[in-house]
Amino acid sequence: MASGKETSPTDAAAQNTKNAKAADQPQWADGLKQLYDSVVEEPLPDSFKDLLSQLDAADADDANQNGNG
Amino acid sequence: MSAETRSASEKADFKRELTEVVPHLRAFARGLCGRPDMADDLVQETLLKAWAAQERFEPGTSMRAWTFVILRNAYLTDMRRNRFRGDYDETVAERILTAPAGQEEPIHLSDMHRALLTLPPERREALLLVGAGGFSYEEAAQICGCAVGTIKSRVGRARSTLNDMLAEGNIPQRSIGDETAHRAILEELDDVAAGNGETAKID
Repeated sequence: MASGKETSPTDAAAQNTKNAKAADQPQWADGLKQLYDSVVEEPLPDSFKDLLSQLDAADADDANQNGNG
Repeated sequence: MSAETRSASEKADFKRELTEVVPHLRAFARGLCGRPDMADDLVQETLLKAWAAQERFEPGTSMRAWTFVILRNAYLTDMRRNRFRGDYDETVAERILTAPAGQEEPIHLSDMHRALLTLPPERREALLLVGAGGFSYEEAAQICGCAVGTIKSRVGRARSTLNDMLAEGNIPQRSIGDETAHRAILEELDDVAAGNGETAKID
C-alpha cells in the first residue's frame, strides 16, 4: 500500500537506484531499521545528560586546581 | 592530563557531539545485548571511556563511528566476563512489521528482535551496523576492526539465517548461549586482542 507516492523524474531516477539496491532485500529488512529507530526515538533518560554534566564539571574543577595552584 | 590541550570550544563541541550520539549508542547497545537496562549500563560505560579518551577523537570525523568502536569493545569485554546472555527483552512492542504473502502469521517487531538475538554476536553486530545503523560495509569493517569481505560475509550469513527464521516462523524462544557459540566468540576476542582489530583499540 506504500506505493502511492508521487515522484518527480529525478526522484524517480534516484528511487530506481534505491530499488535496484533493495531488490535483493527480504521483506523484513526494514524491520531492522525500525527496531533501531524505535530506540533512537525514545526519550533520553536524564541519567545520560547528568553523567556528561558531571564529567564536564569534574574537568573544569581539574583545570581550576591546576591553573590556580 | 585529560583534555587540557584542547581549546574550550573543541571541548564544548566534543560534549555536544557526544550528547547527540547517545540515542544511537542506546539503539546499537539494545540490539547487541537485548535487555534495555544492560544496554544503558553499556552506554554509560561507553560515555565514561569516550570522555577519558577524548584527546584521541579527531574533530570532524564521525563521532558515531568512534563511539561505536568503544561501545563494542566494552560489550565484548563484558561478554567475556559472561555478563550478557543476550536475554530477550519482553517489552518490545508486538508491532506488526510485515505480513508475507501466503503466510498466516504476520512478522512482529518482537519476532525480529528475538531472531536477531539468536545470531552469533559478530554476525549480529555486522547486521546491526549495516542493516540498522546505515553504515557502509567499509565503515562497519573499520568499526569492527576486520576486513570488508569479512563484514560482507557476516551480514550475508546473518541475513540468510534471519530469513530462514522469519520466513518459516521458526524463531527460538530464547537465544542460545551454548558452549560452541561461546568458544567461537572467545576465539574472535583473542583475534582482536592479538592486534587484528586494527581500529578497535580504544579501551
